Amino acid sequence: MSEKLSIEDYPLSEKRPELVAGRRGKTLSEITLEGVMGGKIQMEDLRITSQALRFQAEIARRGGRPTLAENFERAAELVEVPNDVIMSVYELLRPGRAADKKELIQAANDLRRDYGATRLAAFIEEAAEVYERRGLYTFRF
Amino acid sequence: MNIGSNRWRRYGDWDNRPLRLDKFAAEDPKNGFAAFSSPADPKPSINIENGRVTMLDGVAEADFDMIDYFIARHHIDTSIAETAMAIPSATIASRLVDMHVPRAELVSIAHGLTPAKLADVLSKLNALEIAFAYSKMRARNTPGNQGHVTNAKDDPLQLAADAATAVAFGFDEIETTMRVSRNAWSNAVACAVGAAVGRWGTLFQCSSEEAEELRIGMAGFSSYAETVSVYGTERTFIDGDDTPWSKAFLAAAYASRGIKMRCTSGAGSELLMGFHESKSLLYLEARCLCLQRGMGVQGTQNGGIDGAPITATVPGGVKELMAENLLAVWLDLECASGNDARTTESEIRVGAKILPYLIAGSDLICSGFGTILKYDNSFNPSLLNGEELEDFLVLQRDFEADGGLTPVEEYKVIELRRRAVEALAAVFEELQLGSPTRKMLESVVAASGSDDTRSYTPRDASLISQMIQERGITVVDVIQALVRRGFRVEAENLLAVVKLRVSGDYLQTSAIVRNGKVISAINDPNSYAGPGSGYRVADGRRREINAIRDQLDQKEVLRSEALHEGAERRRIHYETLGAAVVSDDRLEVVVGISPAFGIKLFQTVGGHPLSEVLGVITDSIVARGLKARVVRFGHTADTSFLGLSAARLAGSGIGIGLQAKGTAVIHQRDRLPHNNLELFSNAPITSVEHYRELGANAAAYALGEMPEPVIVPMRGQAMGSRYHARVAMIYAIETAYTKAGARPEEVAVKFLGRAS
Repeated sequence: MSEKLSIEDYPLSEKRPELVAGRRGKTLSEITLEGVMGGKIQMEDLRITSQALRFQAEIARRGGRPTLAENFERAAELVEVPNDVIMSVYELLRPGRAADKKELIQAANDLRRDYGATRLAAFIEEAAEVYERRGLYTFRF
Repeated sequence: MNIGSNRWRRYGDWDNRPLRLDKFAAEDPKNGFAAFSSPADPKPSINIENGRVTMLDGVAEADFDMIDYFIARHHIDTSIAETAMAIPSATIASRLVDMHVPRAELVSIAHGLTPAKLADVLSKLNALEIAFAYSKMRARNTPGNQGHVTNAKDDPLQLAADAATAVAFGFDEIETTMRVSRNAWSNAVACAVGAAVGRWGTLFQCSSEEAEELRIGMAGFSSYAETVSVYGTERTFIDGDDTPWSKAFLAAAYASRGIKMRCTSGAGSELLMGFHESKSLLYLEARCLCLQRGMGVQGTQNGGIDGAPITATVPGGVKELMAENLLAVWLDLECASGNDARTTESEIRVGAKILPYLIAGSDLICSGFGTILKYDNSFNPSLLNGEELEDFLVLQRDFEADGGLTPVEEYKVIELRRRAVEALAAVFEELQLGSPTRKMLESVVAASGSDDTRSYTPRDASLISQMIQERGITVVDVIQALVRRGFRVEAENLLAVVKLRVSGDYLQTSAIVRNGKVISAINDPNSYAGPGSGYRVADGRRREINAIRDQLDQKEVLRSEALHEGAERRRIHYETLGAAVVSDDRLEVVVGISPAFGIKLFQTVGGHPLSEVLGVITDSIVARGLKARVVRFGHTADTSFLGLSAARLAGSGIGIGLQAKGTAVIHQRDRLPHNNLELFSNAPITSVEHYRELGANAAAYALGEMPEPVIVPMRGQAMGSRYHARVAMIYAIETAYTKAGARPEEVAVKFLGRAS
């Protein structure tokens, strides 16, 4: 993106509607009841994009909320990740699911390779280290 | 000597009050029962080396547990931590309640403080200071509220009707859950449709198993989630089957689907789950909240939540719940401030619990006001429920405080409920999920709770839920079904909520939708800086809040009096004879009536026709062989002076003062105005028989006897709250008829239709 957004650009849907669109490029003004009835608007068009999440991250950071911004940036990396993959990674991050550190490192590598999810990968690698130190790779029957 | 009992019976009375159903726990820090501090809480401390936290509250980096680690790496602002930690706790506490210290400055300090330090600062504040600081520190200016919409049968029709009702009362968010977990999809569709009736903008959550909740969100039915729980000790976290990383991952997952999310924490969960490490409730919650901010969630639902009831058993526990809400907003998180799980059976404790939040305002005052009846609340009863919703509306009006809700006229509610069940029935028919009968719909429309309905059973809901899930029905299918059946407005409303996720504006801190626009901490930040600043109830909003049902005004009083006028005209006739004079007939009692008696006012506040009251009084005087002379006074409407003036005219020196509203007095000529013989001040509970005895006693006094005074038994009714508004309006009608110096007039009273 070329310009930096400020909190004055918020809410984007009112102040900068041209910046946001559904995942297939449908603009907010194209998302209408007529569109839904004619079959032109589908669930895909009602999903957030990684771009919109990065815009929101920028606004959050400008608003003094860096941790919220980071969450939006991690989320931006998950937009293209299918639900079942998300749920399997989530499951793996729960206590005692991964048998050892390698499983988590593998999941991190997969996300990085398949979806370019570098922030998330680093986040999971961090978890892998802490889990090892805190003995979380214990099978919980 | 045996005095018959070894117990003061008052204890027996107390035993029978609802309060005694509450159990109270002794303070016992070792076993986790301590609100604000415990010997096991660490002393606040921090070490930072090269921008890296190497020691947190006495724990060295190598010994960090998962929570310490996450807070150290993802939450603590190392650029300010050393400066912030060096400020004495009492100084920071003072700044929190100093209206001249800006919120932003305090937020910045908070991000440099360790959990132990945060808890230490808040332990310096009393309850009033906590409430005030909360009002100053909460993130969004405009207060809001959230409600539960559930029922004991998981009946989708009732969910739709109740969702529409909750929306009408103004809830910004509604949350459902199920009695039978597999009914999640049916609940979701029903609430989504119901919430689209009337207006758009109420966000909706379907609280269910994590993966399923996310799928329901993906299908477009729900728009926020808040059941992502975090805990303050590592062992509890693990028993909760999560870690800070798994929950943070889930937080990102929700955002990636454009769904608003907050975490849940709150005092008492570690205590209930058995791994409290002997730490105080506030310290553990401070860890939870630092963690949540580190995870990058926009907000929290805290203030005990499921742990609120146990927290309220501890000394200072309810104050602790307020303190942890303050902690959330001080850290700049949206706060859905608890006030959900019912902490007590005592209505006094309920009212006391909610008041600070109501007057301070909160992003979401309740994180689950029970919009339905208690027995229909599948989350368990809330602090406030459908039963008490009007009490809350009145509290808003009492304190001129915006609790996020708005009174709704009766006829509108029934219309919305009908519309909601018809819309859902149409969707079910269009999508071949069912075809509810007219009888089912009608039973739900009028039902206060599921006891009254003849509708879907939990098993029916399971079958519907399964079909929705298996056929992959999405919100787009539902919108199309609504339009095909003529529910175009509802379809537009539903689409508008789903469309929110495209821009993600409502993912920012403290976002809700008001009047079709997203407002949040970014475009509606808390601007409190002293009197006249911050959120104020504007004139228009004040009118909405004031519009509770059944308000009385003088027009209404006159209208109800006029209803009785005709009947009274057929029963009694007052003929003015001219100026009343002092009599020397010792066998005479004067009954002094008030200026508007029988002219503008026709019945007592107790509902007795004035003809009947005056009739029994004069009859019982006559029955003792005395004469009852009726005199109308125009110079006063006051009971005492009516009585005294009557006594001064009476040959016996005994007079009765009788106001149209029914208040009466027996007076004697040479007494001071307020030193009467007998006073009948509680007109609402004064019966015709009492008035008869009044007349008899007045006659007895006139005959020089000493009768037993008439006692009108009062059983502790709040007479003022029940009657004073009406009484004041009636009395104003009387006083408007008074005229300084007006001479008393003799009145010949004729009781029509009587034999004599």
